[in-house]
Amino acid sequence: MDVSTTIAGVSLRNPTVLAAGILGTSADLLCRVAKCGAGAVTSKSCSLEARDGHPNPTMLDWGEGLINAIGLSNPGVEEEVKELKKAVGKSGVPVFASVFGKSPEEFAEVAARVAEAKPALVELNVSCPNVSSDSRLGGKIFAFDAKLVAKITDAVKNRVSTPISVKLSPNTPDLKEIAQAAEDAGADAITACNSFGPGMVIDVETGKPILSNRVGGVSGPAVKPLAVKCVYDVCSVVEVPVIGTGGVTNGRDAVEMIMAGATAVGVGSAVYYRGISVFARIDAEIKVFMDSHGYESLADFRAIAQQ
Amino acid sequence: MATSRSPTSGQLRSSDVNMLPRRAKIKEIINDNGRVKTFVLDCSIIAKPGQYVMVWLPGIDEKPISVSRADPLTLTVANRGPFTSRLFDLKVNDFMSFRGPFGNGFALRTVKNILLVGGGYGVAPLRFLAETALQKNIRPTMIMGAKTASDVILEEAFSELKVKTIIATDDGSKGVKGTCVDAAKEAMEKEKFNAVYSCGPEKMMAALAHECAKHGVRCQLSLERYIKCGIGVCGQCCCDGLRVCHDGPVFDARVLKGVEDFGRLARGPSGASHAL
Repeated sequence: MDVSTTIAGVSLRNPTVLAAGILGTSADLLCRVAKCGAGAVTSKSCSLEARDGHPNPTMLDWGEGLINAIGLSNPGVEEEVKELKKAVGKSGVPVFASVFGKSPEEFAEVAARVAEAKPALVELNVSCPNVSSDSRLGGKIFAFDAKLVAKITDAVKNRVSTPISVKLSPNTPDLKEIAQAAEDAGADAITACNSFGPGMVIDVETGKPILSNRVGGVSGPAVKPLAVKCVYDVCSVVEVPVIGTGGVTNGRDAVEMIMAGATAVGVGSAVYYRGISVFARIDAEIKVFMDSHGYESLADFRAIAQQ
Repeated sequence: MATSRSPTSGQLRSSDVNMLPRRAKIKEIINDNGRVKTFVLDCSIIAKPGQYVMVWLPGIDEKPISVSRADPLTLTVANRGPFTSRLFDLKVNDFMSFRGPFGNGFALRTVKNILLVGGGYGVAPLRFLAETALQKNIRPTMIMGAKTASDVILEEAFSELKVKTIIATDDGSKGVKGTCVDAAKEAMEKEKFNAVYSCGPEKMMAALAHECAKHGVRCQLSLERYIKCGIGVCGQCCCDGLRVCHDGPVFDARVLKGVEDFGRLARGPSGASHAL
């Protein structure tokens, strides 16, 4: 039985990919996640300059999922390149580098800088839902605008030869059109999708929104059906491989994503629900599913829900 | 009971953990010294010594504070920044909110004789540990380190527990002159301890771990890092590949052997490292 997969020419031993923003703060943590069975690991999104992110509370379990507004904290691209180099050298699995900027030019600049560390893929985070009020980032979510997504994709493709994946937002009615625009502009893969909302959780004792940013991206098991639909939609219009991300907690969830058309599967909040060993567990659960259903490879059931 | 977890497995969700903020009234405030106050709240939690709660002041920030007693919930806090300075403005009958408890806590093995070593406000979680040890018929000896006499905290709490306490001050203004590591070394030379537990400045704990290794005594150390999520997801508190918020904050010294950041580097809110 073969659970290996290939994203934009990058071979993965299994389809699980550590999603950006989870545990990707240090090379050692990325290596630990690789040891825990991930097929690939994605570093935390980095920008040209260091950012502290939002004050706490920045993340909580609201009962049926997580909500977070970390606010894209990162030490800046110069420090990030050092961590990435170490991770690329040591992790033993493909390392994906997530980047963001406040303009197409800045995206291209940060992507070019991280490319020095030779990541297997660069992921463009055009879709963080927590920074729309951040004037330093232009106060908008790029992933809502097909033309802007195309412009960013094109700018990055002109600067780097590393394959790129564009991480889209699920929070737009134009997801298909935007995915198409990214593909047309040269994206080698699509990551679908970022967290949902933003949402809000209010503390009923004090009457205050709990997150310091008031709103944050919603993730975890609660969003899975929404995420599967996004992946299904994106896969119905693009030819490039899709990293299906959102609420995947077990092997069955991963299989659903693949049946919707995903080539690989992002895993994030599940680290909270099932511990850091969740990657190896999902890998094993996919194999059990395939064994009991007579599937030899992921391709046997990829996108069968599209038929 | 709180769920037990190891670095490679483990779920955090348990009915004993308040995932949403819980509001509690301040019943009593004790001025431990000019920089440290103890807040006694009108609630109790189920926690292990060494665990922490995320204390939230809406509109200001949320910070990890170790539990210095679970029933009633008691928090001993050093004033060291904008958040704690706002916390220090609170009066009796005011409210504070918290989530947790989070983290693993000290593993109290069933042994006879243990040594607790607290540096500065690191004494706070060891009070809870001493209390718990006594309930299990384990005999704790406490070493408190402070810069000077006026920095010593919780001396009375330990004397109420009738725990043998050795105070070490850098300037010799109270107890023995020297660091708590010097005092711990002397204590270990005089007496056989089954285990050592410590909380305090990391460089101090690194030196202590070295002494314990020389004396062949297992030790557990409680680390401090900039914590964001508290639930092992964001990675902000990492010490090499360890998540201090969730795999820790307490680590066996053997786990920390070879950890490059230990005693040397910590990451700030952006994730950039600075020297300890």
